[in-house]
Amino acid sequence: MASGMLSTFLKRGAIWGFILVELIFFSIAGEQLSLSDKAFMDLDNMLLLFKQSAPIGIIAIGMTIIMINGNIDLSVGAIFALAAIVLLDSMTWPIFAGLGDWAIPLAWILALLAGVLLGALNGFIVWKTGIDAFIVTLGSMLGYRGLVFIYNGENPTSHLNWTLVDFAEAQWLGLHTATWFLLGATFVIWFIMNRTVHGRNAYAIGNNREAAVNAGIRVGPHMMINFMLIGFLAALSAVVFYSESGSVNPNDGELYELWAITAVVLGGTKLTGGSGSIISTFGGVLAIQLLRKGLGHIGADTETVNLVIGLILIAVLFLDRQLNIKGKEELRV
Amino acid sequence: MTGQSPSAGADAPRTPVLRLEGIVKTFPGVRALDGVSFDVLPGEVHALMGENGAGKSTLMKVLGGIYQPDEGQIIVGEKPVVMTSPLQAKATGIVFIHQELSLATELSVAENVYLGELPKRSFGRVDWKTLYAKTNEILGRLKVGFDAKTRVGDLSIANQQMVEIARALTVDAKAVIFDEPTASLTDAEKVVLFDVIADLQSQGVGIIYISHRMEEIFKITDRISVLRDGQYRGTLSTAETNEDEVTQLMIGRKLDLSRNVSHHDLGDVTIEVKGLSCGNLFQDVSFQVRAGEVLGFYGLVGAGRTEIAETLFGLREPSAGQIFVQGEEVQIHSPADAISKGISLVPEDRKGQGLVLGMSCRDNMTLPQIEDLKAGPFVAEGAEIAIFDKYRDNLDIRTPGWRQLVGNLSGGNQQKIVIGKWLSMHPNVLIVDEPTRGIDVGSKAVIHDLIRSLAAQGYAIIVISSEMPEVLHVSDRIAAMYSGKLMRTFTSDEVSEDNLIQAISGLKSDQAAAA
Repeated sequence: MASGMLSTFLKRGAIWGFILVELIFFSIAGEQLSLSDKAFMDLDNMLLLFKQSAPIGIIAIGMTIIMINGNIDLSVGAIFALAAIVLLDSMTWPIFAGLGDWAIPLAWILALLAGVLLGALNGFIVWKTGIDAFIVTLGSMLGYRGLVFIYNGENPTSHLNWTLVDFAEAQWLGLHTATWFLLGATFVIWFIMNRTVHGRNAYAIGNNREAAVNAGIRVGPHMMINFMLIGFLAALSAVVFYSESGSVNPNDGELYELWAITAVVLGGTKLTGGSGSIISTFGGVLAIQLLRKGLGHIGADTETVNLVIGLILIAVLFLDRQLNIKGKEELRV
Repeated sequence: MTGQSPSAGADAPRTPVLRLEGIVKTFPGVRALDGVSFDVLPGEVHALMGENGAGKSTLMKVLGGIYQPDEGQIIVGEKPVVMTSPLQAKATGIVFIHQELSLATELSVAENVYLGELPKRSFGRVDWKTLYAKTNEILGRLKVGFDAKTRVGDLSIANQQMVEIARALTVDAKAVIFDEPTASLTDAEKVVLFDVIADLQSQGVGIIYISHRMEEIFKITDRISVLRDGQYRGTLSTAETNEDEVTQLMIGRKLDLSRNVSHHDLGDVTIEVKGLSCGNLFQDVSFQVRAGEVLGFYGLVGAGRTEIAETLFGLREPSAGQIFVQGEEVQIHSPADAISKGISLVPEDRKGQGLVLGMSCRDNMTLPQIEDLKAGPFVAEGAEIAIFDKYRDNLDIRTPGWRQLVGNLSGGNQQKIVIGKWLSMHPNVLIVDEPTRGIDVGSKAVIHDLIRSLAAQGYAIIVISSEMPEVLHVSDRIAAMYSGKLMRTFTSDEVSEDNLIQAISGLKSDQAAAA
């Protein structure tokens, strides 16, 4: 049936179509409105766009698996900030002083470990208490952010290691280090969700928790693994970003959880769980970054950008709903 | 049979309360309704029958204004009506009692009954006094044992259904449509429902009664209209037809519900339960099932049958008692434990508890065992497809392919997926709770045959059912439950409909035997 295939295509490929529309719009509008004489789709500009997508993007990939699993994690912004502090501060610790540049991998491992532990704590509480993940991570969002402030008050934590900065600023096959990490995270998580037992069970739990329990699937451990994964990815995002910038403010990463959720939802993952796609989230991340960059390119200020993204999010979900209703009516027969 | 209610048509011509003329509804590629015409007279109970997928639901959606027909018209009283919304249908006097209850469980009965139409006082305040008074008046007509202030969530399913019916009675209903109203009712509750229907009938309301249950159809209806594959197959007068004729019209073949006695030898005791209790749900239940045997559990809803199944499957913790599988005592604290001991459960609520509707047939079938199928950390898709193919062939599952979402299959095929899921784990004990709930007549026989053939293959099977013909048909022995107690276990020689009913109504088994 042609109409069925069309609506399936529209649903699956919607985000990529949207990205295409953005590219065309900003290229044309850029000709007319941009103050710079560079084209919007200039190669350097596009490479930069990927790099700038990385911090939110890596977190959004993790948020996708959490949401497919039927949960949500609001604490990722705070984990991001805390992991950044662990990264930058640990490199100055006296015990690492004699190691030279070997302090770098140790600092990375410590920061990532911090992320995994904080995520594990979230997952453990959700598992053992049965409290909704929204509430648990709302609490830990405040709690983890509190730890960030306890660490260094209102002051930024800074440490620049030039070896690290070189690594973070490097380009390999044209793509920046951060971009490679985003692509890597996307691929690995896609693989986990689509090819492993854990991924399959995560979908099943999100779609019908009771049926999953009745099939002997232990729901708790799977949820905990997912929280550890997102903790890891939030820390990875921080590690990649702060290796380059070298300074973290205690407010950094605020609202990241909401940006990540926005990207996930734009990519078509359901808030109710059970369905969603890692690749589409990647598309969602790019679409948001394109919008920011594009609007900036044609001279809009930040406030306008947020307004437009908000409106587009609602419009996209409305469209998605219409397509889904249409699809359902066809399936009923 | 009601007897005194007039068989339709022959007497003085009466204006139908509702008439459908040549309704056609097509979806891309499918003619879901193909020229359906029938009418409902005032004071008549008109059965609408057909297998799942015959077009009953689509027809009801057309009637309720959810779908617009491509051709044909709906005539209420004398006037053709174009139904544009459920609200309009209700205003016209067409009221639905849906199979799936749509109630706000946190609100009171009264608020549910007048949902959307709460009586108001000045400044938009709710007129609670009028609300409760009007609701209690309706509840009085229904002779129910709860009042307007009760929270709906505290009511049994049967009573929740009464709330739905009460809601229908708030408007001047011309036609009331019951969609499988007895699906979750016990026999006693059915009697109350039939009284309510008779009451509506005497007030001149026309009733469309959708059900798969022949027994009920022949008890309370005046005429029967049959749909098959979206086509209208004719209307029969209930008094002048019989079950065979109706079944043949529906499926084009006969259905055998005669008693089924084991023709194979039984093996050793596979599962034995001694003194099993779970709080006040059931107490001191003991039974055993041999390999190759089907033990049926029969009883009223709430008698503790499902709870026993859930305890054996590790969904509930027993408060006392022992469970033995193949002679060894086992401790079961979770479904994972039960599965590892070879106990599997095909649950009552297939869609809610048994299947992940958004996943493919294959993924559902291998859900409990992908841990065992993995190659390294990865899912072994080849092995999965092999399992799916095997049980698709063994169980004759009709699906276009393993990629098909389970949610798109018919009830009978969904049930086979759940059964296949467990068979592929090679269990010792298969517990099947309400094996044919919501499954059409043709597929019921298939599921029954499947249960018998699985017994013949040496599985120990426990079947829980609220339908007496089903229990009698598939079981070698029948355990009668009443209020959490196992009253008596009948062998197939001992059992009769009479002594079974007495046992599940709480009469002492020796009395039952004497009677």
